[in-house]
Amino acid sequence: MTTRYTKDHEWVRLEGDVATVGISAYAAEQLGDVVYAELPAVGASFTQGADMAVVESAKTASDVYAPISGEIVDANGEIKGENWQIINDAPQGDGWFVKLKIANKAEFDALMDEAAYADYVKGL
Amino acid sequence: MAEAGSPKKLPLDALWRARTSKFGDFAGYDMPLQFEGLIAEHNWTRGHAGLFDVSHMGPSFFALPKGHGLEGDAAHKKVASLIERLVPADIQGLKPGQVRYTMITNAEGGVLDDLMIARPAEPGAAGDLYIVVNAGCKHQDWALIEEATKGEANLVRADDRCLLALQGPSAHVVAAAVIDPALAEMSFMSVKRYDAFGRLTVTRSGYTGEDGYEILVRAEHAADLANAFLAHPEVKPIGLGARDSLRLEAGLCLYGHDLDATTSPIEADLAWTIQKRRREAKDFPGAARIVAELANGPKRKRVGIRPNDRAPAREGVEIQAGGRSVGVVTSGGFSPVLNAPISIGYVDAEFAELGAGIDLIIRGQARPATIVPLPFVPHKYHRPQKA
Repeated sequence: MTTRYTKDHEWVRLEGDVATVGISAYAAEQLGDVVYAELPAVGASFTQGADMAVVESAKTASDVYAPISGEIVDANGEIKGENWQIINDAPQGDGWFVKLKIANKAEFDALMDEAAYADYVKGL
Repeated sequence: MAEAGSPKKLPLDALWRARTSKFGDFAGYDMPLQFEGLIAEHNWTRGHAGLFDVSHMGPSFFALPKGHGLEGDAAHKKVASLIERLVPADIQGLKPGQVRYTMITNAEGGVLDDLMIARPAEPGAAGDLYIVVNAGCKHQDWALIEEATKGEANLVRADDRCLLALQGPSAHVVAAAVIDPALAEMSFMSVKRYDAFGRLTVTRSGYTGEDGYEILVRAEHAADLANAFLAHPEVKPIGLGARDSLRLEAGLCLYGHDLDATTSPIEADLAWTIQKRRREAKDFPGAARIVAELANGPKRKRVGIRPNDRAPAREGVEIQAGGRSVGVVTSGGFSPVLNAPISIGYVDAEFAELGAGIDLIIRGQARPATIVPLPFVPHKYHRPQKA
């Protein structure tokens, strides 16, 4: 199980051909208290980089982009049930956003790994 | 208008940096945005006392030239008549120690800035006014004031000093303990000087909807004052983030967002800031439009908006009614007190009725919302009952 990251601070964890996606701990910390989030419907398809979800803190609204292309096979019921706190509490665990059936594993392989993302964040 | 180059550091920069790393450029100043978290800071201010550094703003003293030979009310009326060339409020009618909220208007009746004008309480300061304008407008405002009153009065900037705001239900207890017990007796929208921490100019006023004070202190005494406040268990430092959510709940305008050069004070629901003498005299910039709107009503109105669901409607969101565009959101976000999204916007007058249903176009989707009264959260200003 490998986790990779985008420059837009999404994380992707691949198990078989299903990728779990969320926002990084760094992104959650930067956003602050999440007060709203919108997830896509199961069955929707996205190409890499497309607007996929929205997360809003008291401070600002942020788009969440599809880190890789694929079809939504699950969306986090806790977030759909308005338990947005879970995004702040466990951004890289129970605060995941969606699961995607991936279309092209090469997109995943090209993302930053843990160490590269840590370096990237350090430079911000 | 922000100044070019890298942002200026506040005189208390080191004091805030010891408590947070979250800073941002606002109107050319490197300002603390957040300490323990926006919602925690917001709620602390509503329940206790928050300390804000608003030294980016534009405090100034506007005074008749030395040797003006006038005393008391005569000196005040003279200096007030000069500033009244720019603003529609009755400044001549201010009593010693009284503060008034007003705006600089342009010839078309639009708002160039909103500001506070105070008449000092001290007899020795007759012929002086204490004026505080917005950070982003201060250079424009000071130039306008100087141009309109050249040779008749002097404007002395005081933005090299620190302006600290202490806001919240415990503010009066803290201010009385740290500065002078007399602070607890001041009325809301009054001003007084205190010989403490050098010399302080204190107004009982604020931008949160809470009781509180805004305190002008010389930079060399500012750290002592701030540390004395922060040593009190009721006080925590608050960043600009919570300052914005607090003022939004209080229904207060943010210049450049809820007010600009095209909006009139009447559209902005600020008719109460224009007193009778000025309405009758019609002797301020933009009086033709403003007086006509007072008589006939404005074409659009500033309103409070509660989305019917949970999605915040932020600045720029289009407002529709029956599929037709009828307005725009000018400020919006999340209310920690209501635990719900709130917005301020302008709508065509016929859709401004309280309880009216509108649609907010958020990310291309129409979401129902309701026009509600402002403020969203009641003000708690200190207004002692007169005996």
